[in-house]
Amino acid sequence: MNNIALGYLSAGIGAGLAVMGAGLGIGRLAGDALSGVSRQPSAGGDIRTTMIIAAALIEGVCLFAEVICIILATK
Amino acid sequence: MKRLLLIGLGLSLMVGAVAAHADESGPSRATAGAENAKGEKGEPSVSDVIFGHVSDEHEMEFQSPFGGEVKIDLPRIPHAFGIEWLDLSITKHTVWMWVAAILVVLIFALGRPRSITPSGFGIVLETLVLFVRDEIAKPTIGDTDYKRYTPYLCSAFFFILVCNLLGVIPYTATPTGNISVTAGLALFTFIVTQAATIRVAGVGGWLAHLTGGVHWALWPIMIPIEIMGLFAKPFALALRLFANMIAGHIVIFYLLALIFIFRSVLIAPASVFLAVCIYMLEIFVALLQAYVFTMLSAVFIGLGVASGHHGHDEHSDQGEHEAKPAH
Repeated sequence: MNNIALGYLSAGIGAGLAVMGAGLGIGRLAGDALSGVSRQPSAGGDIRTTMIIAAALIEGVCLFAEVICIILATK
Repeated sequence: MKRLLLIGLGLSLMVGAVAAHADESGPSRATAGAENAKGEKGEPSVSDVIFGHVSDEHEMEFQSPFGGEVKIDLPRIPHAFGIEWLDLSITKHTVWMWVAAILVVLIFALGRPRSITPSGFGIVLETLVLFVRDEIAKPTIGDTDYKRYTPYLCSAFFFILVCNLLGVIPYTATPTGNISVTAGLALFTFIVTQAATIRVAGVGGWLAHLTGGVHWALWPIMIPIEIMGLFAKPFALALRLFANMIAGHIVIFYLLALIFIFRSVLIAPASVFLAVCIYMLEIFVALLQAYVFTMLSAVFIGLGVASGHHGHDEHSDQGEHEAKPAH
């Protein structure tokens, strides 16, 4: 395979890996948040806020990798 | 029944908007010849068109209802004030950023509550501002200083919200989809955070934080690392907002470009359906990213204020005792 094909391939694999990591992380976060809410429903509002913040941070890291993959794929 | 009608109206609006996106990128370019994914024939490739749409340009384009294209050439100011690298051209994103700023000012000037019991649109504005103050500023910055930093947080929240939502309307551009705009916003957060720390701890205290409280022999190692950590947080803020906004647009454009890549109309229903779903997600992400940016700014300001208080151990008891009765 020549270099350009390897570049495109790596961009695709990188994007997939990044999304996989983010999906696992946020899924686990959501699961723990749900069990927390089920144990103490009155803390639902606080848990929801914290969950959204943590999900946005994790997704931010995933998007760093996506931006790198997009730059790699188009240049 | 009314609810069904409303939902149907909303969905059809979104499908129309998605169609407008496809209209933007499709016929005006594809009439010159079908696009192919790699641009081998020298015609604009899919990624060129999409990135041309999403990135900054020196002209603004609209599709007029009479079937043509309207291009407005924007003023270029390549070397402002005689400085070579200072390019202050007014580009597409700059114009939409100004539109967003004027919209925010107008919304608050016209919609602000006239009396202590607001009515109409004033209720919405008051709810949002109170949300920023009570849910974002007060828990993170603490009871002492939150009123001082709430105006900045409100400005950041509403400006980013309007900027993000502007990108949802067809034929506009997302100002926060430009890394320079988000870098500017993160720079403001950085300045406010450092000003908060310096205000509480003094410049000496702020410099003391850079050393991290280790033995002075370790300072040459510690200070560069601390300085890098100081800049890492605003950098992450800028990049997170930028990437979230750009990613939504790129996905929608690519889903619609599938129709042109496959060169058949049969893929259109699936493609448009997926594009509408991502469209709805993008509206949610616009709101969420404005909230997250403001929340993280508040957290950084709160950290700065708290570490400033913490550094002055002999003054902190007095500070807290003074603050509580005055509250």
